[in-house]
Amino acid sequence: VRSLSSRACEGALAIGPRNEDSDAGLGRRDSAVTEAHRAIDAIWRIESARLIAGLARMVGDIGTAEELAQDALVAALEQWPAEGVPERPGAWLMGTAKHRAIDLIRRRKTLERKHEEIGREVELAREGLNVNAAIDDEVGDDLLGLIFAACHPVLSKDARVAITLRVVGGLTTEEIARAFLVPVATISQRIVRAKRTLAEAHVRFEVPGGAKRAARLASVLEVIYLIFNEGYAATAGKDWVRPALCEEALRLGRIVAELIPTEPEVHGIVALMEIQASRLGARVGPFGEPVLLLDQDRARWDRLLIRRGLAALERAERLGGALGPYALQAAIAACHARAMTAAQTDWPRIVALYDARLASTL
Amino acid sequence: MRVLIMAKEGEQSEAATAPTPHAMAEYQKFNEELVQAGVVLEAGRLHPSSQSKRVRFDGKKRTVIDGPFAETKELVAGYWLWQVRSIDEALEWLKRAPYEAGTFEVREVVEFEGM
Repeated sequence: VRSLSSRACEGALAIGPRNEDSDAGLGRRDSAVTEAHRAIDAIWRIESARLIAGLARMVGDIGTAEELAQDALVAALEQWPAEGVPERPGAWLMGTAKHRAIDLIRRRKTLERKHEEIGREVELAREGLNVNAAIDDEVGDDLLGLIFAACHPVLSKDARVAITLRVVGGLTTEEIARAFLVPVATISQRIVRAKRTLAEAHVRFEVPGGAKRAARLASVLEVIYLIFNEGYAATAGKDWVRPALCEEALRLGRIVAELIPTEPEVHGIVALMEIQASRLGARVGPFGEPVLLLDQDRARWDRLLIRRGLAALERAERLGGALGPYALQAAIAACHARAMTAAQTDWPRIVALYDARLASTL
Repeated sequence: MRVLIMAKEGEQSEAATAPTPHAMAEYQKFNEELVQAGVVLEAGRLHPSSQSKRVRFDGKKRTVIDGPFAETKELVAGYWLWQVRSIDEALEWLKRAPYEAGTFEVREVVEFEGM
């Protein structure tokens, strides 16, 4: 059963270019089932982070949450090809998983006989019956809580990156390993250990308040930027850019920016990534060689990403975050992005921004 | 990958009046969900074809044609540019859109080598 679910995930979650030939050999009679499986793969991609987030808050740890979510996926694989995909597939998966979660909590409780948790069980049962409302209202909070937990400083940087891509990005262990050019076993171990560490440290699935908030947010942004940079200036392998990783990081950044729109540095990091990503197509020459910024063909810069980047930078500045480390780097990148030719670059402003960066790090 | 979604809304593509407030609210709710998932890069709505022009190329000759255009079913009323991981993901999002009529076309945008 587990192999079915992991294979189902695997098919959908290919991070690199797909092997188009592999689809050609499939028999026609299986096409309806195949179609349902492809839909399920895509739905898993869309829903898995929210599912795991909601479940993690219920059961208290990512490992169990992920297992419950995958059990629901297996149930979908069994039912949907025959019965059709339900109208609200996310709610169906969450409902199925939550019922299992409630069973699990009951079983645990029978074993432990903890009276003080009975109140919570009643609450959870009620929540389970009101799945649709829960999905609409609490998804944002749950997802943010999961992101903050996955990026918790109690984990090493490598572990944070791996578990974030896995539970928030919805990538498989194999895909993460491929993207970072390390053995699958290494990533697998990292994720297992990360889950254990989070459970042992009793990390809560919530957005921290007060003094802790800034440090924890910095850790989230650091993880996003580590993923982006691994794609933008790959430290290993023959491809020195891996745009798929940049896309994953950008997606994470855009999600976090929507979930906590009042934090200027979130918009700063999104601005930085959008503007840097706008040059991805111009950074590689015809023979795969790197092309330096001032030599790049600016007609190949992605104007859409530049426009999005400048808008995000403006948001960061409007929120009073012009001097944040990511916003400052984004402002420097923006000077290049605004110049139609290398000669038009506003160098005095770039120097001033570098001075501001230095001053803020001293 | 990037996909362009072209909303061919049939009669509504040519309607001079805006969609009902209820339809707009439904659309906005859906669009908001997409934005929160980091999917939407850009979105826009188009005026009816009565306010549109076409330029036909024939060798060196260019002919400007004024709207409205007859092929209502093929007229685009709006568009989205989405960042998704697969066409299947785009389809799953699109199926959730609150429309009751029309045909929506999903086209992958050609990107540079290796993207």
